[in-house]
Amino acid sequence: MCGIVGIINTNGQRIDGSHIQEAIRIQRDRGNGLGGGFAVYGAYPENRDKYAFHIMYEGDRHNPAVSAVEDYLQSKANVYQSEQIPVYPNNRIPRGPYFKRYFLKPIEEFLSPQQTEEDYIVEIVMHINSMQDAFVVSSGKNVGVFKGMGYPEDIADYFRIEDYRGYMWVAHNRFPTNTPGWWGGAHPFTILDKTVVHNGEITSYGTNVRWLEMNGYQCLLQTDTEVISYIYDNLTRRDKLSKRDACYVMAPTLWEEIDRRGDEKDRYLRQIYGAAIINGPFGIVLTHRDGAIVLNDRNKLRPVVCAQVGSTYYASSEECSIRFLSPEVDRIWSPRGGEPVMIDMLEGYKEALS
Amino acid sequence: MNGMENNWKTIPPFHPAFDIERCDYKNGCTICAKECSFGEISLHPVKDVDGEVRYRPWANLTACNSCQRCVKMCPEGAIHIEHQPMHTSHGYWTSDYASNIWRQAGAEGGVLLVGNGATGPQKRYFDHIMFDACQVTNPSIDPLREPMEIRRYLGRKPARYGEEIGPQLKLDVPIMFGAMSFGAVNKRVQEAEARATQAVGTYWNTGEGGFHKDLRIYGENTIVQVASGRFGVSEDYLKSAAAVEIKIGQGAKPGIGGHLPGEKVLKAISETRMIPEGSDALSPAPHHDIYSIEDLRQLIYAIKEAMEYRVPVSVKIAAVHNVAPIVSGVARAGADIIAIDGFRGGTGATPLQIRQSTGIPIELAISAADKRLREEGIRETVSLVASGGIMCSSDVLKAICLGADAVYVGTPVLVALGCGLCQRCFSGKCAYGITTNKPGLAERIDVEQATQALKNLLHAWGEEIKELMGSMGISAIEALRSNRDRLRGVGLNEEELKILEIKHAGA
Repeated sequence: MCGIVGIINTNGQRIDGSHIQEAIRIQRDRGNGLGGGFAVYGAYPENRDKYAFHIMYEGDRHNPAVSAVEDYLQSKANVYQSEQIPVYPNNRIPRGPYFKRYFLKPIEEFLSPQQTEEDYIVEIVMHINSMQDAFVVSSGKNVGVFKGMGYPEDIADYFRIEDYRGYMWVAHNRFPTNTPGWWGGAHPFTILDKTVVHNGEITSYGTNVRWLEMNGYQCLLQTDTEVISYIYDNLTRRDKLSKRDACYVMAPTLWEEIDRRGDEKDRYLRQIYGAAIINGPFGIVLTHRDGAIVLNDRNKLRPVVCAQVGSTYYASSEECSIRFLSPEVDRIWSPRGGEPVMIDMLEGYKEALS
Repeated sequence: MNGMENNWKTIPPFHPAFDIERCDYKNGCTICAKECSFGEISLHPVKDVDGEVRYRPWANLTACNSCQRCVKMCPEGAIHIEHQPMHTSHGYWTSDYASNIWRQAGAEGGVLLVGNGATGPQKRYFDHIMFDACQVTNPSIDPLREPMEIRRYLGRKPARYGEEIGPQLKLDVPIMFGAMSFGAVNKRVQEAEARATQAVGTYWNTGEGGFHKDLRIYGENTIVQVASGRFGVSEDYLKSAAAVEIKIGQGAKPGIGGHLPGEKVLKAISETRMIPEGSDALSPAPHHDIYSIEDLRQLIYAIKEAMEYRVPVSVKIAAVHNVAPIVSGVARAGADIIAIDGFRGGTGATPLQIRQSTGIPIELAISAADKRLREEGIRETVSLVASGGIMCSSDVLKAICLGADAVYVGTPVLVALGCGLCQRCFSGKCAYGITTNKPGLAERIDVEQATQALKNLLHAWGEEIKELMGSMGISAIEALRSNRDRLRGVGLNEEELKILEIKHAGA
């Protein structure tokens, strides 16, 4: 069991983090204090052309991992700015690991001919994650993730997320049942500009991980969320599937229905991406720079509610968070299992924001 | 070998025992003697208390290997089989080894032949592997309420979206019937296999003995084999099937060929195999046009060209020590499907020593092959079929979790048709009419009944697989392929766990 809230302003209007902090606070029962976190899109408009790396180091600033990672980053990228991420220890969260953020761009001549800039960044992320005591919390342009051990409302205070503003926010309240709770294991999980918050426990994990490893990913965190993010990333970025098709691969229709409709493209997708199907209960909110996708498992074994108020969309594990943010809504509905809800930023805002 | 008898009597380890109180000999019943195709039961005149001479059943103590046909056919339930092993007092020299030598030193001489798969004490890994199940944190799925999908597609798949997909076999249950040739089994058995697989939506395999013309109407559910003897292979033969399988080896006898004795090559078999009636049908040990992997590639592409790339080409190999690199090579040579047959795989005839001592278990072989293909990034270019020793539906699912896309079963088909596992398939005397073409015996297979039995088998295993999947919270079987995380080992050492890529229970 976990709790999720997402807020998307499709017209690019930015709001501060206090709204989502309060919205996730009222889903306190869905977590157990072993993990909470937030992702904010539009956090760094002045650096929107650079990859924003949030990196967590075990211990404090004297951990040799800090200089090891920074030496590595210097060797691979132009780092324009680096700073400690401010934290505000309090009674409930008196201490935590050491967080820094870096704004960087790849050194272009280092890219191999077939490699895109994003492939290159993913390589850097994978490398740092395999280093001792260091972990990349987020790595996308204009995106920041703040997460750790504790209830999400306390994590929000620890990072003072009300100081950040964004056009899209997601929050997660964790009740870990598989992997032990730790700061890096909290959600959201992010790769480049793609962020996943997830409620569920995927039973296809072993199949999915092996497929990802075959495609060059290393799943070090052993969490379902990591796997979902990488699958989506592999499908959309590397294999160039549309968002709809990527969702279809993860939660396809029944073979019977494919037969009935005679839809050969769907059959093809399911045939070739059998190892990327996600089974088991899940409700996810997947955000990317141009919008969000809300997806449930085929059997609808986890709750997700969506709502619209003008140009703002909400997704939540429970309706109460939506009603808290906006007692009156234009539309509220519970998406069917396996049918993705795709929310796109309005034209004209995409470029300006990314 | 001079055919000299020993001057002592070698008593077979089994014999029928008759409960004369129950036996209906008084009314002239002779069913058991007629049913025993091995000549173990004869009728013996005995003067009854009333002075009448009547014929009672009598165990000859010459031929019984506990096929249980007489037991099952006796209307009075008056027969049971007694086991009388030749116990030795020696702890090391068990009766099996001693009696094999007695047989060889005596009239039998030569290479000892057996049917069915290996019987040795090697570990059955399936029994040391346990499934996971959902508790609290995720819900199990009830197959009675929710759709549960066990369909598989076999064949080459592209690495990514946009590239062309090869021809596929659609399996509505992830189970196919493995190769059992016409000659080894009879036409009735093959017809039942064909009808059952057509009804359920899967495939059967002709084996290397050709494809009888009467059965070609079932071609859409048939995989035809091209083996080293090339029996019955023609353009029509290839084109009549849904897939073509090149047989390199089989688990019960890796590295050796086959031999169908001339006396079994009757008219229909001679026509189907395209060899003269009464001539021995010899399959050489290797294909004489495949002495290396490049030769295999040429044959694969020769078949693909002949078939205009419309059907997948499978390559069947026995599970041997180096199975992983061999599988990788076969995948790169162009195979669309690779069938790996473990050392427990059945056969109609194999030398005892080969059956018991050659090859490796399918559980380890399929895991190693799947891992190797993943490491090389070519897992999706080929489908893996596991076989050899699969005895129940949970074995099927465990094989899938260990990396198989589907399985072949052979012995379960025979058992479903009555087989008592007496291991004398090569004798041509099968009391159930399965591995014989002898008139009078073959008719013991009723095609309608046999078809229903095989449909029941596929259906029952399919339903059991759905139950197992539901308990694990899986609703689509592709989410289990190579899903080692849903397995745990019990009583396995570190090396075994590493090869199977599973954790020990409790970890």
